Amino acid sequence: MGKATIIPFGPQHPVLPEPLHLDLVVEDEKVIEAVPQIGFIHRGLEKLTETRDYNQFIYIAERICGICAVGHSLGYAETVEGLMGLEVPKRASYLRVILHEMSRIHSHMLWMGLAADAFGFESLFMHCWRLRERVLDLFEAMTGGRVILSAVRVGGMVRDQDAATLAHVQEVLEGIKDEYHEICRAFLNDSSVRSRLVGVGVIEHDDAVNLGMVGPFARASNVVNDVRCKEAGAYAELSDFTPITSTDCDCYARVEVRAKEILQSIDIIEEMIARIPEGPVFEKPKGSPADGAMACGALEQPRGECYYYAQGNGTKYLQRMRMRTPTSMNLAGMAAALKGCDLADVNMIVLTIDPCISCTER
Amino acid sequence: MSFMSKSPWVIHYDASSCNGCDIEVLATLCPGFDAERFGVINTGNPKHADIFLVTGSVNSRNIHVIREIYNQMPEPKAVIACGCCACEGGVFHDCYNVIGGVDRAIPVDVYAPGCAVRPEALIDAIVEAEKVLEEKYEAMKKGEHAPVIPLDAPVLKKGA
Ligand code: SF4
Repeated sequence: MGKATIIPFGPQHPVLPEPLHLDLVVEDEKVIEAVPQIGFIHRGLEKLTETRDYNQFIYIAERICGICAVGHSLGYAETVEGLMGLEVPKRASYLRVILHEMSRIHSHMLWMGLAADAFGFESLFMHCWRLRERVLDLFEAMTGGRVILSAVRVGGMVRDQDAATLAHVQEVLEGIKDEYHEICRAFLNDSSVRSRLVGVGVIEHDDAVNLGMVGPFARASNVVNDVRCKEAGAYAELSDFTPITSTDCDCYARVEVRAKEILQSIDIIEEMIARIPEGPVFEKPKGSPADGAMACGALEQPRGECYYYAQGNGTKYLQRMRMRTPTSMNLAGMAAALKGCDLADVNMIVLTIDPCISCTER
Repeated sequence: MSFMSKSPWVIHYDASSCNGCDIEVLATLCPGFDAERFGVINTGNPKHADIFLVTGSVNSRNIHVIREIYNQMPEPKAVIACGCCACEGGVFHDCYNVIGGVDRAIPVDVYAPGCAVRPEALIDAIVEAEKVLEEKYEAMKKGEHAPVIPLDAPVLKKGA
């Protein structure tokens, strides 16, 4: 047994698009402890509620994270609507779910690409990102933006989508589905991919519950937690929704869960498009949140449950806006999964929690 | 066009961006826009890089990381500020933990605005940066060198 050495990992590291610093305590090639350090991208944007009113803040909320931008603006809008007792038109809540599920597809594809890059399968990385581009093209056609969409506002949507656009969305997603099956095959059946993933970074079901893990990371350890089942908004009108879980608890299971969630999201979007009601998409909010009013909201982001809390103070500025993001819940799980792994597997395990540092630090 | 402006390798660092610009930087290099077909390759090693792409604004925790990467890059080198945050702070300009644009930490050669910056704008910025590389290469032959910025140097003046 060698002596323990500390190896710094990050903040600038090729596998991480974002700065996360880990102090890895290693003995020979085994990691015995991993201590995450964060704080590189803290901006302090919760404080901006003091200078931006509740309508303006949605553009800040959206920029908490550019990958789940729709999710954050949606979570914020739903919470503030709860605060003000505002009822959103049906059509708007359908459109919100469509955009949110599309952003889940693009987020998961992005992640699968990065994972492929982490296990050294560069062409698979490129294929994932090629497919993802098509989703971004759809976003552009629907809202004009590629990643930051500014499509959701308090009280509804910024604009309606006509039938032709929705039909186009459906058509493109159908096309993506066919090509995606091929990529899926490489991820789930390729023997070299399996050899990198199976049995790596195992977290058992009970540990996952104790560590409070959320999202696909927890579902891969067979924890059934998906806020979408709670049936808020238009999710309530889905004919059928079963969270995707796996019992393998390792990195392979995490890839599998996300891979299947993309197909599930495509199905959800198709159902939503088929059943979307006619009507207005925006209900103008009147007045401002009452003094002392409080509201919470939870939303299933691509990375897991995100929890929002808002408090009003009688003016158009919020007293407090707070969110608890999925990655901050999952960091404990990540540190646990890293314990005892090989040094060469560190980047794979870090990626399988799908860390979103800019959500975590805000 | 000398060899200097062919196949520039880039290094990317996420200062305190919201990820929007980050993924657009990566999307620029991936199929769809595919800057790689012009030889623009993303490297993780500052000593291999010609162009430094910074997304997001500077704060006191990451300012030394940015300077460290800048100092390690071989000459001639160019810096592109990608996105409004990197140009001058963007929507977060009045947050308590944001010092300002990347030009407060290191000298910036090309500004690519946008929130999020569009891949087309980034490709444009890289083409501009190639010209900067040429100029700097000429200057270098005359004995002018890029400054080495001490990690704990004070914050630079805006737009310096
Ligand atoms: S410019 Fe906009 S998209 Fe880019 S990092 Fe800043 S807030 Fe995010």
